[in-house]
Amino acid sequence: MEHYISLFVKAVFIENLALSFFLGMCTFLAVSKKVETALGLGISVMVVQLLTVPANNLIYTYLLKAGALTWAGYPEVDLSFLGLISYIGVIAAMVQILEMTLDKYFPALYDALGIFLPLITVNCAIMGGSLFMVERDYDLAESVTYGVGSGFGWALAITLMAGVREKLKYSDVPDGLEGLGITFITAGLMAMAFMGFSGIQL
Amino acid sequence: MSDNTKALVDPLVDNNPITLQVLGICSALAVTSNLATALIMCLALTAVTAFSNVGISMIRNHIPGSIRIIVQMTIIASLVIVVDQLLKAFAYDVSKQLSVFVGLIITNCIVMGRAEAFAMKNPPGASFMDGIGNGLGYSIILIAVGVIRELFGSGSLLGIQILEKVNDGGWYVPNGMLLLPPSAFFIIGLLIWGVRTWKRDQVEARDFKIKRLQESEVH
Repeated sequence: MEHYISLFVKAVFIENLALSFFLGMCTFLAVSKKVETALGLGISVMVVQLLTVPANNLIYTYLLKAGALTWAGYPEVDLSFLGLISYIGVIAAMVQILEMTLDKYFPALYDALGIFLPLITVNCAIMGGSLFMVERDYDLAESVTYGVGSGFGWALAITLMAGVREKLKYSDVPDGLEGLGITFITAGLMAMAFMGFSGIQL
Repeated sequence: MSDNTKALVDPLVDNNPITLQVLGICSALAVTSNLATALIMCLALTAVTAFSNVGISMIRNHIPGSIRIIVQMTIIASLVIVVDQLLKAFAYDVSKQLSVFVGLIITNCIVMGRAEAFAMKNPPGASFMDGIGNGLGYSIILIAVGVIRELFGSGSLLGIQILEKVNDGGWYVPNGMLLLPPSAFFIIGLLIWGVRTWKRDQVEARDFKIKRLQESEVH
């Protein structure tokens, strides 16, 4: 149990996808103007991450990894080069399924999150989560933990960012720095704060 | 300027993917701590953007609108797999350093964005130029950030020592912060400031105006 808790904390704070690996930056910068929308997007990223990382883990372990097809009688086949295209396929399909399920069974939630869901397909945080899972050789339970943790970390980062930006819009910023420029500098300061976690050994 | 040249030159400064369109930021921040990886990343991205633009543009009249994203994704993902395998075969060390970021070219918004905004509406030749142009626009920023970070962070360029470090008996005290992730945010933020001071029309409108109080209103 301890192992999973430490993996979770690590994924949320120390290896925060947005602020220490810069994943999902495009959406992070574009959709962080208001806390409410940022929170909505954050939650959808978390849900999608929770579904796709374990799904991709299963695909990698039972279909793609070197020797993974032993159960089908092909012990020497190594399909790991097909990884990228399978992961993105799984992500696109998952997002589509999630969208349809929400539309059918939870219309209120669908209305709140609907516009963000297609955006998530091209969010590098989702793809990055799956690629890190493969690179670090997580097993199924670990990949569930990592999926939730990294999604939560991303949601936390974008919500914090939106909070800062909501206040920032009243301030007197030099012309050229207005908008994107000052957002980058703010994100830099936040990333520095998150680096404070990096010394923690778990 | 002919259309093709315009497609090539426009994204360099006037319509730069990073500083104006806010696309493809993730990798711009993550791979720039030394110049060599930044260069490889630029090459990879430029190639993928150009060829995915050509591919998508060639079949643009045959793609049904409802599934176009998936079709684009498939073309892009196949190209990225080719790039990834090439890197693993010929530049294994660099491909290890870039780790997941080669794979993340698939979700790089520049590639998707250009496919959607340009290649779906224009013939292959122009799309190719547009892909190269946007790749170069991205490269300019990446190389600038890479040079600043490597030169002042570790005193070298492409691994060759330029500024003698104090530890090796020289005079330069390296600025360690430039090697850490947050510095990339600051450098790009300042670059954007620079570009927008030069090109005034890129300045964003404010949501709120600061009203200057008259002397008589102060009390």
